[in-house]
This record gives sequence, C-alpha cells and structure tokens, in this order.
Amino acid sequence: MTRPGPIGLLRATGVLLGKDLLIEWRTRARLNALIFFALATLLLFSFALGPDTKLLERNAGGYLWLAILFASTLALGESFRVEQENACLDGLRLAPADARAIFLSKALGNTLLLVVLGGVLIPAMVALYGVKVVLGAGPLLGTLVLGCMALAAPGTVYAAISSNARARDVLLPLLLFPLIVPALLASAKAMMLVLQGDPMNQLNSWFGLLTGFNLIYWGLGFALFPRVIED
Amino acid sequence: MGKFFRIALPPIALGLLVWGHYNGLAVAPPDREMGDVQRIMYAHVPAVWIAMVALTLNFICSVTYLFKPSWKTDALAEASAEVGLLFGAVGVLLGAIWGRPTWGVYWTWDPRLTTAAILLVAYMGYMALRRFVEDAEKRAVWSAVVGIIAAVDLPIIWFSVKWWRSLHQVQSSPKTVDPAMVFPLRISAFAFLAFMIVFLIYRYRIALHERQAEVALPDALPTDDPASRRSAGVA
Repeated sequence: MTRPGPIGLLRATGVLLGKDLLIEWRTRARLNALIFFALATLLLFSFALGPDTKLLERNAGGYLWLAILFASTLALGESFRVEQENACLDGLRLAPADARAIFLSKALGNTLLLVVLGGVLIPAMVALYGVKVVLGAGPLLGTLVLGCMALAAPGTVYAAISSNARARDVLLPLLLFPLIVPALLASAKAMMLVLQGDPMNQLNSWFGLLTGFNLIYWGLGFALFPRVIED
Repeated sequence: MGKFFRIALPPIALGLLVWGHYNGLAVAPPDREMGDVQRIMYAHVPAVWIAMVALTLNFICSVTYLFKPSWKTDALAEASAEVGLLFGAVGVLLGAIWGRPTWGVYWTWDPRLTTAAILLVAYMGYMALRRFVEDAEKRAVWSAVVGIIAAVDLPIIWFSVKWWRSLHQVQSSPKTVDPAMVFPLRISAFAFLAFMIVFLIYRYRIALHERQAEVALPDALPTDDPASRRSAGVA
C-alpha cells in the first residue's frame, strides 16, 4: 500500500479554491448580502451628497472603490468564518498540503468574489451617477482586477488573524484600512481615468503602482501566511 | 549594565536635550526664510528620526521572532512599537505646529504627511491587535506578521519626498545646512536617542514581566471575560 504523498502547491490551491467556490455557490448567501450591502453604500453616497450630479459623476470612481472596500471587510471576515465552524481550519492544516496553498486559494477566492461584486456594481454606478465609461471595457476590467487583488492579499492575511481575535469585526478594518491606502488611491484614480478619459496618459503609472503593491503584498502573504495559521 | 542605563541614562538624556535645545534656540542663527519658526526643527526632525529607528527595531524584532521565537524578542517588539508610535506622534504634532505659520495650514495631504499618517494608524492597529489577542504565543506570531507588513511603509515615508516633489522639503544634508544649525540638531538627535533607549528599557521590562506572568500563570492577568475575572479574584 502506498502512502498518499503531499500534493503540489498549484493542485492544492485549485482543490481548495474549488471547495470554497462550491460552498459559496451552494449557499450564495455571502455574495447576495455583499451585493446588497455595496449597492446600499453607493446609494447612501448620493443621499449624503445631495442631488449634485456633477459632483457624483466626478467622484464616481472613488465612491465605487469605497463601496467595494467596505463590502470587502465583510467578505474577508466571512471567508474565514466558514473555516472556524467545526474547526475546519485544523482539518486543512492536517491535510498533506502546503499551508501556502490555503493563502493562495483564499486570496484568489476573495479576489474573484470582489471582481464579481464590482461587475454588478459598475452598471449600478453608471446608472446612479450618470457616468460614461470613456476608455472601454479592457482598462475597466484591468482596474477592477488589479484593485481587487490588492484588497484581497493583505486582507486575507489580516482576516485569518482577526478571525481568531477578540473584537474581530473592529480589528480587521483597523489593520487593513491604513495599509490599503496606496491601493485605494491608485484604484480610485485609475477608475476615474477610465470613466472620464485619460488625455495625459497617466493610467499606466497607476497600473504600475497597483502591480507593485500586489507584488509586495501577495509575496508577503505567501511567505508569512503559514506562520499565521500554525498552532 | 542594565542598572547603569536605567539610572545614568535619564540625566544624560535630559542634559543632552537641554544642551541641544539651548544651542538650537539661543545660539544657532534664525532661518533666512522662516525666521525663528524654523527652530522647531531641533525637536521635530529628531522625533521623526527616532520614530523611524524604533519602528525599524520593531521590524527587526518581528523578523527575528519568526525565525527564533523568544519572549524577550516579543517584549522588545512591543516596546519598540509603542515608543516608535509615541515619537512618531510627537513628530507629526510638531510638524503640524510648524506647518501652520510656514504653509498656512496645520495639515495638508502632501505625500510625506499622508504616509506618516498611514504609519501612525498602522501601528495603532498593531497595538490594538496586541490588546485583542489573549493567547500569548499567537499574539507574538501575529503581531510579528503585522509588524513586518506595516514596516513596508517605512521606506516609502523616507523616500516620499524624493519620489513626489511636493510641499515637504527634501532631506537636507550637513553640506547644505549652516554648521551652527547642524550641531544642535545632532545633539538633539542624540538626546532623543537616549530618551528612546530609556523608554525602551522601561517598557521592555514591563512587557517582559507581563509576558512571564501570563505564561507562568495564565489566570494571573485579568481579562475582559467575566468568568476569568471571577476565577482570578478580580471583582
């Protein structure tokens, strides 16, 4: 009888991601709640600022990313709550798979969830704030994916930490929000350029900043995550 | 050695501070453009330097802890984060006081100021994490991870004035500054460094004792949980 050996990082990531997506698909509670939460946030911005359509149109990119950021704290916290029930995380740790695969699968799952959320929010934003997507679908999708990746990587590490701490609902935004400022700034600026046109050709420098941010925090998360979940 | 530092260093620090500030406030010439307002530099700049030193120490302790866990490293990490946060807050506050007469505003979203604000909030999060996790070992590992992630901001702050030319001036070098100004600045920096070491020693000892009490007697320190408060005899 041969003992099952450890499986490769990529395969383990794929299996774990498949598991998370299946849980998500079977309940669909998290995504639905997130979408309504983020839509409500978008609506609240227009109420808080009054019916000044010019102001809303000018700042639409920033409001969209704030709505995604607020929703992401719920999504990230929830992604580890699943593992807390019945001590599932212990089971994952005991499995003959690399702990870094847990980080990759969770971070990719969170990215995917946020991209889907953004995909629902963008049409709502276009309708609510009366904006046009000047640069088209490609740069729009690029901004969305890079921005969501930048939220997901440090967010996944911090969600794993705060899910076990006291006052976890306070702790996650407290840790994440200061860290995310450069990514939020770059995503919001890039989104505004996508919506309003880019005569000075600045979009690529914001993409560069987001890519650098992603490289740093995906790398740090990948290296440090096994220590976060060890017992 | 430890006793020498605890007893001899505070008066040395105070003496250096008085010497540096006397030279800065009374001997050094006023700045050509800002006049006497510029003299706040002798406290503002050393405070920020020392904050960076303390937080770099926190980063070093965090990395060390992950490779070689020890309560001493963890206690030093806690002490350095708190002392760094203190000096950073003093530096930002003095900068705001300097900014009002110089730039006309207390605060502006200049890259240096923005990254400094991010730094302060990030380490406040670090301190909060330390309060919110009861298990001493988990707390040490997690705060090491958060300390490493937060330290990414340190080089960004340092280079922000070079990367984005904005309101905040680029770092001066002794070559570009009047020697009469460099001297008190250096003395003040050593004074702040001495104060940092004093604060670190005291805070480190407190942290280490707390940790030893926690690990030896898990119920020794009261928590917010009412049940454990009763068992620890705390009303």
